[in-house]
Amino acid sequence: MNGNVVFSSEEPEFSTFSKNAYQNFEMNYPKFFKMDNLSKLAFMGAELLLGGVIDNSNENNIALNFSNKTSSLDTDLKHQNSITDKENYFPSPSIFVYTLPNICLGEISIKHQLKSENCFFIFEEFNSEFTVNYADILLNTNKADQVLSGWVDYLNEDYKAFLYLISKEESATIHNKQVIETLFNS
Amino acid sequence: MNRTVYISETNCITPLGFDVANNIKNIENGISGIEKKLNRSLMEKPFYAASIDENDLEIAFTKIESDSNFTKLEKMMILALHPMFKNHKVNSRTALIVSTTKGNITALEKNSELEFQKSTLYELAKTIADYFGFTCEPIVVSNACVSGILSVAVAKRIIQSKMYDQVFIVAGDTISEFVISGFNSFQAMSNLPCRPYSKNRDGVTLGEAAAAVLVTSNKENAKVIILGDGSINDANHISGPSRTGEGLVRSIESAFKEANIDSNKIDYISAHGTATPFNDEMEAIAFNRLGLEYVPTNSLKGYYGHTLGASGLLETVIGIASVEQKKIFKSLGFDEMGVSQDIAIIKINENKAIRYFLKTASGFGGCNTAIVFKKVN
Repeated sequence: MNGNVVFSSEEPEFSTFSKNAYQNFEMNYPKFFKMDNLSKLAFMGAELLLGGVIDNSNENNIALNFSNKTSSLDTDLKHQNSITDKENYFPSPSIFVYTLPNICLGEISIKHQLKSENCFFIFEEFNSEFTVNYADILLNTNKADQVLSGWVDYLNEDYKAFLYLISKEESATIHNKQVIETLFNS
Repeated sequence: MNRTVYISETNCITPLGFDVANNIKNIENGISGIEKKLNRSLMEKPFYAASIDENDLEIAFTKIESDSNFTKLEKMMILALHPMFKNHKVNSRTALIVSTTKGNITALEKNSELEFQKSTLYELAKTIADYFGFTCEPIVVSNACVSGILSVAVAKRIIQSKMYDQVFIVAGDTISEFVISGFNSFQAMSNLPCRPYSKNRDGVTLGEAAAAVLVTSNKENAKVIILGDGSINDANHISGPSRTGEGLVRSIESAFKEANIDSNKIDYISAHGTATPFNDEMEAIAFNRLGLEYVPTNSLKGYYGHTLGASGLLETVIGIASVEQKKIFKSLGFDEMGVSQDIAIIKINENKAIRYFLKTASGFGGCNTAIVFKKVN
């Protein structure tokens, strides 16, 4: 975070890694364990950036501008497996609800009480230009005071989250395609 | 940032027809696309749905394209966009937005690596973009049931900021075992054709459709101006709306603020009206909080079912036809008021001049979107 490693674990499995991270940061939010992998990943990223920053006694107009490559495919496969075999047919609402990529935006919004603009986009690769431009539009049109922007992708234990928080003042100076591209790849 | 943004072309591919004129003709006659189905590959017991006939689609598609190596959804999307390229060309200032919730999700049924690739939303978008020769990377908006209308807001924003001059939007979703089994597991499926806002409503009827619009900075042939928009989360629950309609209220307020108008200017509301008990009740509360309870309002779900990522754009296309033809259509399936606070549900087709119309939608994840459109004089 901000160029520093704040938590590391040799755990090969995301479920254990995410649980250890949850405990390490004392997140104390039992709903976390009901989330699918994409939501856990996005939630942890948002928690680190917003946890210490925002004052929950006031309203915070922080928009969410997220994208990824594989949408909710990780959970889509779980739902598909539950309906493929008619002899063993067990679709579940608690899985099905996560077969939409924007559910993770809902989870973050609930945790931080963000009644704010949000949109989930899909690109084959991280599109730094679009991400920067869309965040700037939200700031410049006063749709948001700050934007939590970035990429959260999860499929079969292969995952990456890259998130940053940008304000209107900062967007005029340090927020451009090159900076965000470099940060994404670092 | 004060560039005016218009919609100048619309089209839709639905069970009621493969162009806007046929859709309007059927809506005027009170015809619904919803039928009782028995299809064991989708669900064990009979169910109601509004689906597009494969043969009709094939006949229409072969008229424009001899290569049939496209999925049902791709054919629907290509057919929806196709007529727009008679008068418009793609250039480096042209973007494509594809709006969908589940895209080619049925590819997962085949369980192979190649088919797996086909199930990704970026592959679907690439197929559509390549077909029409778009040079910019397509933008996929996948934001549950507000995707279709949110795409219009996104298109307007990226034109306003001068990223692009014109944006083609195509929105589509199909009926699949994947989606039916999911809604059924929520016990959210209606036993009869859905009845938005009615006392005896008991859930959604699923539908499939594709819709397309051209959003542009060019005033030529413009139908409506996109005057203001908002897309604000409830921050309340991931699978149910806020009981107070907070996110929808704020989305509408944000759209009104940008449009610089208030509730008494709105002539017509094309609402979401899925016919689930909670959604319809929430909308009635939100409209009452904003003084919109006297504005003629319909849900088009009684004609099309819930077409998920297509619904918001399809309903915008029909709403724009209402503006152009000065006609508002009855909210099909409505019988007796079934929400706790009255709203002005349209009970019979009427002639009505519309200057300002409001489109709203809400969806899983707590999302809501509202857009105000103004008729071009």
